[in-house]
Amino acid sequence: MTNRPLSPHLGVYKWGPHMLVSILHRITGDGLALVGMVVLVWWLGALAYGGSAYETFAWAAGTPIGYLVLIGISWAFFNHLCSGIRHFVLDIGAGFELHENRRFSVATLVAGILLTAAFWAAKVLL
Amino acid sequence: MGDGTEIGKVRGLGPGHQGAHHWLHQRYTAFGNLFLGAWFVTSLLLLSSLDMDTVRDWLAKPIPATALILLIVSTFYHARLGLQVAIEDYVHDEGSKAGLIGLLSLVFVAVGTFAVFCVLKISLTTGGSIL
Repeated sequence: MTNRPLSPHLGVYKWGPHMLVSILHRITGDGLALVGMVVLVWWLGALAYGGSAYETFAWAAGTPIGYLVLIGISWAFFNHLCSGIRHFVLDIGAGFELHENRRFSVATLVAGILLTAAFWAAKVLL
Repeated sequence: MGDGTEIGKVRGLGPGHQGAHHWLHQRYTAFGNLFLGAWFVTSLLLLSSLDMDTVRDWLAKPIPATALILLIVSTFYHARLGLQVAIEDYVHDEGSKAGLIGLLSLVFVAVGTFAVFCVLKISLTTGGSIL
């Protein structure tokens, strides 16, 4: 693989919201795939085994670290969902004009945070 | 990749011929995840409580159990495809790359099967009215 031409390195670009959305899509996706899956499977396993297994899960979920993990997973889910919708739009060839792309990127990040806040607000209120 | 003939120098450097299939399946499952994920999040909010009995009674109903199994299959497949891309991007040794992707498939099939089985067990062993 030596002496093959390389594309310009990441470091030469000025950071913009589209770059943040792109890397967050990967981080939140891989985070959900690893941490999210473990928590989901733990929850389902605890429900299936019942009794003290569910008590252990509920206790862990109720600790400060538990809440931090659950809030993190919920943000990762909503952020990945929003940037995933952005990918669908980009896939059809739309949204590549500079200003529109920038606005859409910022909207993706804001929507992910707002949905996370709305979810936890609804969880507390309902 | 050989280094003798001209063709030997470039063999193995081209595409793996799995790209379109991978790309499409990532989109199909993303579409499924969008709706199933929205359903799951809404359900978590609408359930009166997340204590064991309430959740088990909810999963005893055929439609929630079916939707949750579909969610597991769609998200696990999507997650496996996504982690494969991460491995392909960051692991450069061909042997390690192939080994990790193989291991990834085994882990996701095994854990996914466990998750689906858990839903079936919860659904089929919870008594009371299913409506």
